[in-house]
Amino acid sequence: MAEASYPDDVLYHAEHDWARVEGDSATFGITWYAQDALGELVFFQPPEVGASVTKDQSYAEIESVKAVSDVIAPMSGEIVSVNEALSDRPEIVNEDPYGEGWLIRVKLSDPAEAESLMSASDYQATLS
Amino acid sequence: MSVARPQSNIAAADDELTIFERSKPGRRAFEAPQLDVPERPLDELLPPVMRRREPPRLPEVSEPEIVRHFNRLSKRNFDLDTGFYPLGSCTMKHNPKLHERVAALPGHAKLHPLQDPSRAQGALELMWRLQEALGEIAGLPHVSLQPSAGSHGELAGVLLTRAFHEDRGEQRTKVLTPDTAHGTNPATVTMAGYEVVKVGTDAHGNVDLDDLRSKADDDVACLMLTNPSTLGLFETGIEEIERIVHGVGATLYYDGANLNAIMGICRPGDMGFDIVHFNLHKSFTQPHGGGGPGAGPIAVSDAIEPYLPRPQVVRREGTGNGTKPFYELDYERPKSIGRLRGFQGNYGVFVRSYAYIRSLGAAGLREVSEVAVLNANYLLARLRREGVLELLPAAHERLCMHEFVLSGSPMKRELQIRTLDLAKRLLDHGVHPPTVYFPLIVDEALLIEPTETETKETLDRFASILAEILREAREDPEVARNAPYSTPVRRLDEAGAARRPVVRQAL
Amino acid sequence: MSSYTSVTAEDLREMLETIGVDSLDALFQEIPSRLRLERELALDRGRSEQEVFEELRALAAANTSTDDEISFLGAGMYDHYVPALIDSIIERSEFLTPYTPYQPEISQGGLQAMFEYQTAICELTGLPVSNASVYEGPSAVAAAGYVAKLSGERGRFVVSHGVHRHSREALATLAHGWGIEVVQAPLSDGLTDLPALDNGVSAVIVQQPNFLGAVEDVEAIAEAAHEVGALAICACDPLPLVLLRSPGECGVDIAVGEGQTLGNRLDFGGPSFGFFAATEALMRRIPGRIAGETRDVDGKRGFVLTLQTREQHIRRERATSNICTAQALNALAGVIYLSWLGREGIVELVELMLQRTAYARDRLQAIDGVQLAHAQPVVREFPLLLDAPVDRVVGRCREQGVNPGYPLGRDYPEYPDGLLVAITERRTRADIDRLAQVLEAAVAAERRELAQASA
Repeated sequence: MAEASYPDDVLYHAEHDWARVEGDSATFGITWYAQDALGELVFFQPPEVGASVTKDQSYAEIESVKAVSDVIAPMSGEIVSVNEALSDRPEIVNEDPYGEGWLIRVKLSDPAEAESLMSASDYQATLS
Repeated sequence: MSVARPQSNIAAADDELTIFERSKPGRRAFEAPQLDVPERPLDELLPPVMRRREPPRLPEVSEPEIVRHFNRLSKRNFDLDTGFYPLGSCTMKHNPKLHERVAALPGHAKLHPLQDPSRAQGALELMWRLQEALGEIAGLPHVSLQPSAGSHGELAGVLLTRAFHEDRGEQRTKVLTPDTAHGTNPATVTMAGYEVVKVGTDAHGNVDLDDLRSKADDDVACLMLTNPSTLGLFETGIEEIERIVHGVGATLYYDGANLNAIMGICRPGDMGFDIVHFNLHKSFTQPHGGGGPGAGPIAVSDAIEPYLPRPQVVRREGTGNGTKPFYELDYERPKSIGRLRGFQGNYGVFVRSYAYIRSLGAAGLREVSEVAVLNANYLLARLRREGVLELLPAAHERLCMHEFVLSGSPMKRELQIRTLDLAKRLLDHGVHPPTVYFPLIVDEALLIEPTETETKETLDRFASILAEILREAREDPEVARNAPYSTPVRRLDEAGAARRPVVRQAL
Repeated sequence: MSSYTSVTAEDLREMLETIGVDSLDALFQEIPSRLRLERELALDRGRSEQEVFEELRALAAANTSTDDEISFLGAGMYDHYVPALIDSIIERSEFLTPYTPYQPEISQGGLQAMFEYQTAICELTGLPVSNASVYEGPSAVAAAGYVAKLSGERGRFVVSHGVHRHSREALATLAHGWGIEVVQAPLSDGLTDLPALDNGVSAVIVQQPNFLGAVEDVEAIAEAAHEVGALAICACDPLPLVLLRSPGECGVDIAVGEGQTLGNRLDFGGPSFGFFAATEALMRRIPGRIAGETRDVDGKRGFVLTLQTREQHIRRERATSNICTAQALNALAGVIYLSWLGREGIVELVELMLQRTAYARDRLQAIDGVQLAHAQPVVREFPLLLDAPVDRVVGRCREQGVNPGYPLGRDYPEYPDGLLVAITERRTRADIDRLAQVLEAAVAAERRELAQASA
């Protein structure tokens, strides 16, 4: 698995999820810390395209050998695409949590919600 | 010069096959009895549209092959009769051999569950006497033997709680469990249709009374607790806990997984618990069987008695002129929660547990708990003497009861091996590892329960093995990280098994 | 008295010294004195092994087992011949005494046995996924109901009246807490009469063969369930499945059942095992342990408990059930039995039962005062209607050493003098002839008494 990394091009949610905002859309995933704590991931059932997600609420579950965890939406919106590749190879999330391991893309309902998220350095501070 | 293992080792090759892979068309073990009635055409008895085209593809093997296959399989299992098994929370104590003999008596083993009670008096009397004994041990008079396992008993307890509240016109929605609870507790709560609320543990390893007070309200139906807790510690605040829980009208449930520490010493009923479940496959020596069978009888207070599952085994006194008491199944229970399963419960397990209680008697059961607690405290003290606790400190600095928890955090930091690696290296020493990563609130947890049937020498040996593994890890952590080496298989890819599950043989 | 401990006086002294306390009692000092038991438990003193054996033997002698009478009792558990090799294997220490296989490296015996068992259950049921066992039949039906409850929005369950009463009751006990309404589909001429379903129904539950021994049209029932988006659940008797179209073939989503009939003792009702099989789509939602195949670091094949996040010990409140200890040893007996019968042998066994059942049905219905409750195809069990009080008829038969079957009236009040007769390979033609003889005499005697009483 990759070394601990918290890139600056995403914003962070306290429940160990990230959001990469691009205009009125965003991509969500889980942070390096989350995938490390869970261990090798074995299963992710993506939600349906078209479903809506709500900030701070769970939109899916992700499973490792030893644990199952809620995945929390950093912001609200409507799902426009999901990462189908994870059905076959959920371990991509361990290998590249911020890139190929993205979970869903949404059309944001309130881009201003990004203000409540943390920068990489603020998030890292919460981890120690 | 070392002698190489020949390539053509029959045993090694044999070990790899499943019973299906040994199958060869035409082989068989079973010979059907002769058809002694007139043979009618199959189509007449079962129209073709109802019938299966291909029979199930079961193995085709002879009896010698079956015996050899399962014998060889058995040798790839570590077991309690063979070695030390300090699996915390599981109470791996000796399974007395008498019990198999009595359970196999045809009068017990070949008794149909629907046999008329007048012709099953031995069975019903045994069940009634077992109920009485368990009630005395728990300090709660009314017992149901129906639940099939501990978690089934827990389910019964939560359902009884609901019935109790509903009978008072209340619809409560929450059940409290400590964050140290065994996984069956929250799973059971959800299965019964309640919401789980966790209660924290304080720095001394007791339930956090302030947290409990803040969460105990009149929407709480029940608090589920183990005492001693899963940390192996006696819940010293139990009297206050009882006041808080009963103060809001909730029931107090006792998970009997740790009963081995207190039999004859103190009783959950006296602590104020309303419902208790027993794990007959823990304290009462039902062999674990590699994952069951077990049984999870429950004992309850007078207030809860009306809701007990149906049927109950009852005793009707003889009618004065010297007639014997009569035992029967009582279905007339208007407030009962109903059935939890078919028939009367795991009777074969009752036979063994009853034999155990009759063998030990009051003094014997108390001795069990005294020695269980003695052995655990002694092992902890030995580990301290061996220096093991410096790297695997006890989670709490207290007298333990029948088990104790160590944390592998310092070991992980200093030696770069985890509790998992320690456990795997123990396998090479011919010992079953303790329970790992439970309870969840202790980091890198190692939960050790020696039980009362182990000798002092075994405990000494175990302590020195742990010390040796730590010494070895200091020199070369890689050894433990890649352990085990001497087992039938080495570390297995569990992630792969969960990602792309293969749960049956492709035929 | 033996507590199976080994602490000598010398051991005790050394151990207390190492711990650093004066007495054994000091180890219990944290227990509030108010809670300490000041007396011995009110139990008899412990006895020697020999005395305990004698007591258990005396209790056994007060039971009438299937060795003591010719028994036609069935209704969920059956008197089969259990081959000797099963006992010799399951009493081995290595199978009898270990715990659930949490350390797979030293549990390959048990894990592989589970994998083989799962494969066998998949073959019997025609479904691709099986767990490693649940407690027994009726609670398996309740557990299947729980999967249906988790799978959909809260709907109704439609349960056939032909499902074993214990299963219906176990389901009702649990369903009460789920806010799920359970409605019954009646029987008509011995078969399920399924009402029109609507999409408020989330599961349909049927038994095959049903409690009255009749072979149901499971495919039609499953189709009707799927048309409204409900799960089709079938509780089955495993031996008849050898001849009947499998639940999988019929489109069933979950097949469960009582496994006692497969190599396990009667044991007055338990322990036995329940089997639980399902479609691929439900794999991650079914309860219980599952053994999965994998490789070790050397590339060797091995088996592990897999999909563990479904289980209580990981998923905790999100678990698909709370099952922890199951019935591993009984399931092992099951797979040994199925291997012993074998692919051809099991067909021969069930065909033998089928023929003897047909013979019994013919002989018994020919008795004056006895008729069939229904004429549907059956495999190993069928109900009769007696023109006499069934309990008294049964009493007379028993005096002749024959237990003629299960009185239906307490579970099916519509058949107040019904009798359910079960045939296994242990019931020979001679036994069946004896039953006919004894039953005929008993019915005749009771009818005479009734006639005299009303005269």
